[in-house]
Amino acid sequence: MGIRDRLSGNEAVAIAMKQINPDVMGAFPITPSTEIPQYFSQYVANGQVDTEFVAVESEHSAMSTCIGAEAAGGRAVTATSSCGLALMWEMLYVAASARLPVTLACVNRALTGPININNDHSDSMGARDAGWIQIYAETNQEAYDNFVQAMRIGEHKDVRLPVMVCQDGFITSHAIENIELIEDDQVKKFVGEYHPENYLLKKENPMAVGPYDTAAYYMEHKKQQAEAMKNAKGVILEIAKEFEALTGRHYGLFEEHMMEDAETAIVIIGSSAGTAKQAVNELRAQGKKVGLVKVRVFRPFPMQEIAQALSKVKAVAVMDKTESFSACGGPLFAETRSAAYDLKNRPAMINYVYGLGGRDVRVEDIEHVYAELDKIVKTGETGEVYRHLSVRE
Amino acid sequence: MAYNLKEEVQKPERLSGGHRMCAGCGAPVAVRGVLRALNPEDKAVIGSATGCLEVSTFLYPYTAWQDSFIHSAFENAAATIGGVEACYKVLKKKGTVDETFKFIAFGGDGGTYDIGFQSLSGAMERGHDMVYVCYDNEAYMNTGIQRSSSTPRFADATTSPAGKVIPGKPQNKKNLTEIMAAHNLPYVAQTTFIGNFKDLHEKAHKAIYTPGANFLNIMAPCPRGWRYPTEDLMEICKLAVETCVWPLYEVENGVYTLNYEPKNKLPVEEFLKKQGRFKHMFAKGNEWMIEEAQKFVDEKWEALLKKCR
Repeated sequence: MGIRDRLSGNEAVAIAMKQINPDVMGAFPITPSTEIPQYFSQYVANGQVDTEFVAVESEHSAMSTCIGAEAAGGRAVTATSSCGLALMWEMLYVAASARLPVTLACVNRALTGPININNDHSDSMGARDAGWIQIYAETNQEAYDNFVQAMRIGEHKDVRLPVMVCQDGFITSHAIENIELIEDDQVKKFVGEYHPENYLLKKENPMAVGPYDTAAYYMEHKKQQAEAMKNAKGVILEIAKEFEALTGRHYGLFEEHMMEDAETAIVIIGSSAGTAKQAVNELRAQGKKVGLVKVRVFRPFPMQEIAQALSKVKAVAVMDKTESFSACGGPLFAETRSAAYDLKNRPAMINYVYGLGGRDVRVEDIEHVYAELDKIVKTGETGEVYRHLSVRE
Repeated sequence: MAYNLKEEVQKPERLSGGHRMCAGCGAPVAVRGVLRALNPEDKAVIGSATGCLEVSTFLYPYTAWQDSFIHSAFENAAATIGGVEACYKVLKKKGTVDETFKFIAFGGDGGTYDIGFQSLSGAMERGHDMVYVCYDNEAYMNTGIQRSSSTPRFADATTSPAGKVIPGKPQNKKNLTEIMAAHNLPYVAQTTFIGNFKDLHEKAHKAIYTPGANFLNIMAPCPRGWRYPTEDLMEICKLAVETCVWPLYEVENGVYTLNYEPKNKLPVEEFLKKQGRFKHMFAKGNEWMIEEAQKFVDEKWEALLKKCR
């Protein structure tokens, strides 16, 4: 059975990579994801993996290397954060449109402007429409487990899309937690070998990748990508089921905590869900009917399922760990509110932008959010929809 | 076996005809010349930066490339083909692939001297077993003849127009071949289309078959941007060499060799006057421009001669 250990989220992901033994890693250092290629290059130096480690001169070249390697017929991985992901931006779209299932460990960090090395989700949320599957982790264990599942999802014939496995910078990437690893051979068996149908190095059938795609075809190709993303939802659940059979750990598109009879709820992504669960438990102890939805899969967005999960609550606060400067709320809010539109009895819904650039999120901050939801339920007045949490005015 | 053009052109084309490059364009001539230097039994993966070459040879659902081909973006042909090569090494080790593959990236001067410069420098420094070929036509031709760092001084380009106050591009051409030589690569060479293409062929063969990351810079004129009649392509290239505007040389492990020294070095205006982009240099009162251009060519030529001796 599993191997009990104490690991940082970065080391756990590096170990998952080692167990998978990908063909190519293209990587460039950036805080807080740097440790992943650091650990990994040590595995390469020690001959523990067969991987070609390509220490590129930029994240743009890291993603370009992964695109080349994946198109060549191999498995390619990378890790990055913040500005690194931003520099890859152009190539993220290329990887997705060329249907290359690259796997990227994103250690979420605030985008620069001004520079800040701490956690929020502005990097991956900015890339949310690039055509990548996005899976988020609350804990180190989840970061590891998600990475082990990622390639099966991305490489599935009905999907063929790149996958971004996200965890919160420093909060899980650097904090050491108890973790249960899967044995090497079990991981290898679970992930399996990669045998793409067509690839550049296939001798009997040369392939051309990355055409100039005119108006006569471009839209059909985009529709195919959109269909693949729709297919991903079922595949993610299929793989999660297999993973549960192997490890006993259950994963879905999102996790519901105390939602059965909840009257108010929070929708949240990432490590802050742990803090929020603590708040829920404390409020439950006081007899308050509060619940929580932790989104694991943001792309594809589980629209109907989330709507269903929120169908019986009276008021919802959607928590965005990023600003989108839409002047009306963050991306998780936009998706969640859109999902709820089809409900017969729509809950009142507000948005909190929180935790930007590493702003601490405490249990009492979350309790404050539930108190605000309480007010909405009692007064029937939603008030300001677009709010910021724990910010000096 | 001695080089024989007639025999060489009997080889099956690896870039099929019917693509959409202009008549009189140097780029496909450069590509076919390089690909002919591949041993016929060897397979190749060709990469290309975004540019005329890419958008004119691979329009979905048609491709002119007989070998596997990859285009990903403008500034990263080197990193992309480097990724392919890295994967090849692993798959070869694992036994998944057993054939010999060669890796060649093509980029115009925009994608090589400018926006792709970092990616190129990185891939060369890392020493992927590949060749990067720049087809240098001295401007951003695909977007409509904008100046690049490869555009020569005084050239009339659409973002360095010859106006009443500014007479074309103010800066001299960047010397990328020298910059690549400074990377201490196994093989760096500069060539163009001369005579029976022997120079290009031999350099391409060395670049492809010398292990490591190698660089080939091929002057590949553009009739639209340089404004010459399409049939003058070969004549323009010859004049570039005879005036020493584009010397033919190679650098093997740091050792410089001049491959051709004109018996009578022609004055630079012989090269300039054939091209519409330099027309304003011949207007009355602009004699100083030709003098400046000559001075620049002479200085660079002398410096190169010193390195080659």
